[in-house]
Amino acid sequence: MTTSELIQRDREWHPPAYTKDYKTSVARSPRNALLSLQNSDSELTGPTFGHSDFDLLDNDLIRNYAKSGDPIGERIIVHGRVLDEHGRPVPNTLVEIWQANAGGRYRHKKDTYLAPIDPNFGGCGRTLTDDQGYYVFRTVKPGAYPWRNWVNNWRPAHIHVSVFGTAFAQRLITQMYFEGDPLIAKCPIVKTIPDQRAIDQLVAALDLNATIPLDSIAYKFDIVLRGHRSTFFENRPEGN
Amino acid sequence: MVQPLNYLKESASQTAGPYVHIGLAPGAAGFDIYRTELGHDITGPNAKGDRITVVGTVTDGTGSPVKDVLIEVWQANADGTYPGRGAVEDGFRGWGRVIPDFDTGKFSFETVKPGAVMGRNGRPMAPHLNLWLVARGINIGLNTRMYFGDEDKANAADPVLNLIEQTHRRDTLIAKVDGSTYHFDICLQGDAENVFFDV
Repeated sequence: MTTSELIQRDREWHPPAYTKDYKTSVARSPRNALLSLQNSDSELTGPTFGHSDFDLLDNDLIRNYAKSGDPIGERIIVHGRVLDEHGRPVPNTLVEIWQANAGGRYRHKKDTYLAPIDPNFGGCGRTLTDDQGYYVFRTVKPGAYPWRNWVNNWRPAHIHVSVFGTAFAQRLITQMYFEGDPLIAKCPIVKTIPDQRAIDQLVAALDLNATIPLDSIAYKFDIVLRGHRSTFFENRPEGN
Repeated sequence: MVQPLNYLKESASQTAGPYVHIGLAPGAAGFDIYRTELGHDITGPNAKGDRITVVGTVTDGTGSPVKDVLIEVWQANADGTYPGRGAVEDGFRGWGRVIPDFDTGKFSFETVKPGAVMGRNGRPMAPHLNLWLVARGINIGLNTRMYFGDEDKANAADPVLNLIEQTHRRDTLIAKVDGSTYHFDICLQGDAENVFFDV
C-alpha cells in the first residue's frame, strides 16, 4: 500500500522556533535550519488507536475525575471536526485535551499558582473522532492565570489540544482560545504566531446552536491537519 | 483577481507548555485518571528482535537539562515494518511516550531495535527511531531521528543521513552503543545541536 505525500508544512504560518518575547523559547530553539525531507514511510505512517483503549467518560471532564460532586465553573461543550487541508474529515483519530480548572490552576505537581485545586476536576480528556471527523468534550471553562515571562503576563483562557491524524508528520499540538477574550491579543505565546489569520483560526466561536439550554454553553472548534498532496502524473510503480 | 484556491490552512502550532503531562501522561503530572495511559509500551509482549534500552538527556542552549520535555517515539518492528504497512506482532504499537525524570532530566525507555525500512526510490534507510519533542518553549514540535551506532555500514548508506551537508552533524543522530543500551542525548541548540527535520 502506498500513501501520497503530505502538503508541505507552511512554516510562515506556524510560529518560528525562536520568538524573543516568549522567553523560554530563546534557549530551546534550534539555531540551524531544519533539514527538509521528502516523505518516506517513516513520516507517512503513524500510530492508530481503538475504542478499546478508552472509557466512556474519557471525554467528559465534568465527570471523569469527580469525587464528591461536579467541578466548579462555567459548564461548557467543546465540539468540532478534525479536517485536512482539503476540507475532508479525519475519522477515528485521537484528540487529547488538557486545561486549568475554573480558577486557572492546573492539577500538576509543578503548578504552584495560589488559586486552589478543584477536588472534582482532573483537567484532561481524550476521544476518537467519529467517521465524519466529529469530536465533543464536556468540561468547565478554564480560568486565565499569570505566568512568569514578564512580571505581568496572563494567559488567556485556553485548552491545549493534541491531534494525531494518520501520519506521524501530521502530529500537532495547539491551543484553543475563547471568542471575545481580551487577553488573546496581549499574550506573548499567542503572538509567536506571525499571521493574524492563523491566530483567528485558534479562537473557538461561541455556538448558541449547540448549547444545552439551562445546562451548558457551547464553543465550536475545528482543527485542520496537513492534507495529502495530489499526485497527478505520478502513478509510477512504487520504488521507481 | 484570480479564483480562490479554497484550501484550508493547517491549524497553527502552539507550545505544549509545562503541563503537557496532564493531557498526555497524567501519571507523571501526579494523578491517576485513565484505565490505561497511552504510550507506556512501544512493543507489546510479542515483539521479536533485540530488546534494547535507550537513555539520554535533552539539553537546551545553556547546557541545562530540559526536564519538562515530552518525547514521542515512532518506529518499525524488527522486520522493518511499520504498523499499518504490513503484519506486525500482536500488540506491537510502534509508538510510545517518554518522560524524563523531573529532577535530573534523564530519560530511559525500552523497545526493540527496528529493522531497516524502505525509503524513497527503493533506497533502504538504516534502522532508526523517529522522535518528536514537545515542551514549554518549543513553539512547534521538533522532529529528529535516532540511528544506531552499531550500524556503520547501513548508516553510511542512509539517504537521510547523507542529506546532511555538514558531515560531522550526522553524528548528532547516532546513538552510542553500550551492550544493549544506547546513549542518545538531544541538544536543542548550540555546538552539539541535533539535526532537526522539516518533515
